[in-house]
Amino acid sequence: MSNIPAELRYAKSHEWIRLEDDGTAYVGISEHAQEAMGDLVYVELPDVGAVVASSDETGVVESVKAASDIYAPVSGEIIAVNEALSDSPELVNQDCYGDGWLYQIKLSDKAELEDLLGAEDYAAQLEEDA
Amino acid sequence: MNRDAQLIFDVSKAGRRAFSQAPKPVADDKLSDLPAGLRRHSKPMLPEVSELQVVRHYTNLSSKNFAIDKQFYPLGSCTMKYNPRGANRAAMLPGFLKRHPLAPESHSQGYLACLFELQEFLKEVTGMKGVSLTPMAGAQGEFAGVAMIRAYHEARKDHARTEILVPEAAHGTNPATAVMCGYKVREVPVNDSGDVDLEALKAACGPQTAGLMMTNPSTCGVFERQIEAIAKAVHEAGGLLYYDGANLNAILGKVRPGDMGFDVIHMNLHKTFATPHGGGGPGAGPVGVSERLKPFLPTPIVGQDGDSYRWLSDADLPQTIGHLSAFMGNAGVLLRAYYYARALGREGMLRVGEYSSLAANYMLKRLQQVGYTAAYPERRASHEFIITLAKESKAFDVSAMDVAKRLLDYNQHAPTTYFPLLVPECLLIEPTETETKEALDEFIDAMAKILEEARESPELVKGAPYSQPVRRLDDVRAARELNLVWKPA
Amino acid sequence: MPYIPHTPDDVQVMLDAIGVARIEDLFDEIPAHLKAGALEKLPDGLTEMEVTALMSARARQDEGAVCFIGAGAYEHHIPAAVWEVATRGEYYTAYTPYQAEASQGTLQTIYEYQSMIAHLTGMDVSNASVYDGASGLAEAVLMALRANRKSKTSRVLMPTAVHPLYRRATRDIVTNQGVTIEEVPFCNERGVTSVDALAQYAGEDYAALVIAQPNFFGCLEDVDALTDWAHANNMLVIAVVNPTSLALLKPPGEWGEDGVDIVVGEGQPLGVPLSSGGPYFGFMCCKQQHVRQMPGRIIGRTVDMDGKPGFALTLQAREQHIRRSKATSNICTNQGLAMTAATIYMSLLGADGLASVAGHCHANTNFLAEKLCAIKGVTRRFSSATFHEVVIELPQSANLTLKALAAKNILGGYSLAPAYGFDNAVLICATDVRTQDEIEQYAAALAEVLA
Repeated sequence: MSNIPAELRYAKSHEWIRLEDDGTAYVGISEHAQEAMGDLVYVELPDVGAVVASSDETGVVESVKAASDIYAPVSGEIIAVNEALSDSPELVNQDCYGDGWLYQIKLSDKAELEDLLGAEDYAAQLEEDA
Repeated sequence: MNRDAQLIFDVSKAGRRAFSQAPKPVADDKLSDLPAGLRRHSKPMLPEVSELQVVRHYTNLSSKNFAIDKQFYPLGSCTMKYNPRGANRAAMLPGFLKRHPLAPESHSQGYLACLFELQEFLKEVTGMKGVSLTPMAGAQGEFAGVAMIRAYHEARKDHARTEILVPEAAHGTNPATAVMCGYKVREVPVNDSGDVDLEALKAACGPQTAGLMMTNPSTCGVFERQIEAIAKAVHEAGGLLYYDGANLNAILGKVRPGDMGFDVIHMNLHKTFATPHGGGGPGAGPVGVSERLKPFLPTPIVGQDGDSYRWLSDADLPQTIGHLSAFMGNAGVLLRAYYYARALGREGMLRVGEYSSLAANYMLKRLQQVGYTAAYPERRASHEFIITLAKESKAFDVSAMDVAKRLLDYNQHAPTTYFPLLVPECLLIEPTETETKEALDEFIDAMAKILEEARESPELVKGAPYSQPVRRLDDVRAARELNLVWKPA
Repeated sequence: MPYIPHTPDDVQVMLDAIGVARIEDLFDEIPAHLKAGALEKLPDGLTEMEVTALMSARARQDEGAVCFIGAGAYEHHIPAAVWEVATRGEYYTAYTPYQAEASQGTLQTIYEYQSMIAHLTGMDVSNASVYDGASGLAEAVLMALRANRKSKTSRVLMPTAVHPLYRRATRDIVTNQGVTIEEVPFCNERGVTSVDALAQYAGEDYAALVIAQPNFFGCLEDVDALTDWAHANNMLVIAVVNPTSLALLKPPGEWGEDGVDIVVGEGQPLGVPLSSGGPYFGFMCCKQQHVRQMPGRIIGRTVDMDGKPGFALTLQAREQHIRRSKATSNICTNQGLAMTAATIYMSLLGADGLASVAGHCHANTNFLAEKLCAIKGVTRRFSSATFHEVVIELPQSANLTLKALAAKNILGGYSLAPAYGFDNAVLICATDVRTQDEIEQYAAALAEVLA
C-alpha cells in the first residue's frame, strides 16, 4: 500500500493538494501515481499567472514509457511553480509530497476542496482500481 | 576512448579530406556577387576524413544492425518479409534515378506507365475504385484518408460530424491522425475474444460520427468477424469506414477491403509489397477509396489518355484534398512495389495471405505445445498472433521484454512487445510467407529454451542480451541528460 | 511460387501440426461470401529477368535530356560509396531501431546525422528527419504553434517567395486543424520579402514567420532584418534552407540577434538522387528550448548497464505510440535510408567539399544566366543577389518555350506561369554536374527557339 498522508486532499486523477494558512495551496502527484509512472524524465508546468478552472490540464509528467496529464484539482491562479523540477524531475519520484511538489495555486473557491477525496476515500479508490 | 562507439567525428583530423569526392574548389571571384553580410564565417563542423575511413566506418556500423538479410525478424504488425534485390536494382536504373520530379510528361512516359499500372493493380487487390500513390508512409496515408472523410462530409454541408471512432486496441497513429485532421477521438472497447464490442460501437455511433478507423485482421491478430455488422452500424449513422492496411498481408488475395464495406483504406507498401524498411523509412502509404470518395483523392495521380499518360491536375480533381509533399511522394519506393507486383502477378498475389497465415498458425500451435499461452486460443491466427507472458511474469518475474531481449542472444529478432496494450505482457509475432519452415523451427526452439531458462535461471533472462554490441541501455539517462548532438570536447 | 520457400512436404507437415486439412481452412472465420475472386485484372507473374527487362525499357524511355530544372530538387554528383554502403542489407532491410541493442548501427548513424545537420544549420538539435522538405514545413508550422506560448492565435505569416509547392502542401496539411496561413507578397522588382511589406502585421498576434533562404526565385533575403523583425513582434522564425547553400551562406542559427527557432529543408541535395521526387528526406532542427515540441524520432547518446556508451530512441513520450491523440504529430517513421545516404555524403565531402559543390552550382548558374541573357530579349527578372538559381524573363511564353526546348531534349527550367502568373518567366539552375558544353548547348537551343 502506498503512502497517502492523511492531511492532504486528493483528486481521482491522482493529484494531491495541501492548503496553507495564507489561502494558497500546493499541488503534486500522489505516490501511487509516481510509482505507476516510473522514473520521471520531464515535468511540464503551467505558466505562473495562469488562471485555471478545476480539472483543466495544467501540465504533463513524462517517464520513458508514459506521459500523463496533470489536472488542476481546484480553480484558481498559479502563483508559483517548482523550478527545481526542470533540472531534477526525479524529485517527484524521491519525495512526491515534499520537494517534488509541482505548483502553488491561489484558490478562487475553497469550497471546491470539499469535492476532492480525503485520504481514506482515495485509498479506497486505489483498492478498487487495483 | 571505447572503440566500440567511436563516432565519425572521433576519427576526424583537421586538414584531411576525401579529395576526389567533390569538384575542385572554384575561384573566389566566382563567388564575389554573394553579399558579405549573408556569407558564412565559420566552417560547419563536418568530419574531416578519408574516403576509406568513411566506407569503413559506416560498413562497420551497419554490421551492428539486425536486418532481414541477416536474421529472422518476426516483428508483429511490421511484415518483415524478404525485400527482393531485383526491385532495388530496377528502381535504381539511371532513367528513373535521373528523372527530375518536374520533368515534362513527354520525358516521363516510362515512369508514368509504371505508376499507372501500379494504381490499377492496387485497385484490383483491394477492391477499391480509385487509388492515389502519393502518401509517403502509412501515417500519411491515414492522414489522407481521414482528410478525405472530412472533405466528404464538408462537401455535403454535414458539419455536425466531429468525432472519429477508434477501437481501443488500435495503433497510436490512428488517434494521432484523427487529431491532425481536426477530429475528436472516441475509443471503442474490444471484447475478450479480440472482436470489437458491437453493442458499445452502436451506442457510440450518432450524428457526430465522422467515421471509424479500424484494422482487419485487427491488432489482436485475429479476423474481425462482425465486420459487416460494424460497417452497417457506422454507415447507418452516416459515418464512413476507414481501413488501416497495417495487416493487409494477412488477407492479400483472400478478402478485399472494398468487399468488406470500407470506404477508404491505406496500404503500407513497405510491408505488404516488400519494399525495404531502410532502418525506419522511407515507406509508402497509398490510399484507395470507394466511388463516393474518388473526387477527394490527394494529387498527383496518373491518368491515361489513349496510349499516353499524364498527371491529373486540379482541373481534373477540383475537390482534391491536395498535395502532401512537394512532388510525388516516395517515387522510388513505388517503383520497388511495382516490381514486386509484376514479379508476383495474379497467382503470386493470391498466395501471400495463404502462406503468411500458414506460417503464423503453425508457429502459434508449436509455441503452445512448448508451453506458451495464446492470448486468443480459440481463434485462428491471421498472419500474426499474440502470446501472453502474464503467467510467466507472475511466476518467475520474467517479462515479455526480458524474453524479447533474450531472443537477440539466440540470433532471432524480437517480436513486437507490449502492443496491443490491452493484452498484458504480450508478444505479437508475425513470421511472413518468405521464411522457411526451418527458420520458424529455429525460432520456436529458441523460445522453448528461453522458457526453460525463465524457470531455472530467471536472472539470466532478465539480464539479456549478452551477445550484442551493447547491453540494455539507460533510457532514463538518455531522456534526462539529453545528448542529441556531438560537440567537440 | 515467388519468394515462398516451402516444399509440398513442408506445407503438409505444417498443416498437420495445425490440425487442418487445407490452407483454405485457416480462413474459416471469414464469411464465405466475402472471399475474393481470382483477381483477374492482374497480369501473370514474371521472372526477375523479365521484370528487369520491362522496367529497363521503361526507364530508357525517360532518359536522354539535359536538365536545367531545380525548383527544390537538384542533380549533384553523388560519390559511388554513398549508395554502395547505404544499400547494404544491414541498413536497407532493418526496421525502425526499437530493439536498441540490435540496432546500434542505425542508431549511431542517426546520431551522427543529427550532429552534422545541427552543425550545418547552426542549431542546437535535430530530429532523425521527416518525409520531405514540404511536409517538413507543415510540421514546422504546427510545431511553432505549440512552441510559441506568447501567441494565442493559430496564424502564421508565409511569404509568397517561399516555394509554391511547399506552400501548397503546408496549407493542405495544416488547414484541417484550423490554422490560417497569411501570405506576404514579395517585392516585384527585387524578388525578395521586404521588412516594409511586413510592417502592416507589426504588433499583431502571429505565431511565426517563415523565411526561405535562398527563396524560391534563388534570391537572397535580408535574413537578419527579417528574423529580428519577427522576434521583436513575438513571432518565432521558421527558416527554410537549401543544405548545399549552407556551406557558403550564413546558417539560420546565426540569423539576426538570436538566430531562428526552427529550421527545415529538403535534404535531397545531400547525396540523394532526383529519382522522380523521392524518396527524399526533410531535415528539421530547432533551439534546445523547443525540443519537446519537435515531431519525429530523436536519438540520444547514453550508456548501457555496464556503463558502455550507446545510442537509443529518446523523448518518446512526444510520439504517437505513447501520447496517442496528444502526440506532437502522427509521424512514426523517418526517411532512414535517404538520411543514411546523406550522412555518408556529408562525411565524404566535409565542409570544404560541400563548399566546392555549392561554389560550382553558383558559378554554373551565373554562367548559364549570362549566356542566356546574351540572347536578345532575355533578361534577369529580379535585381537582387542570387544563389544557385535565377529567374529569367523571356520575350515570349515560358510554357511554349520550355516545350520547344524539351523537344530538343533540353529541360530548360521551371515555368513561373502557373504559380505566379509570370507568363514569360523561367526559373533556371545549372548544378555542379552541368558542363560548359551543355550550358552552351542550352543557349544555342534557346536562341533557335526564340529566333
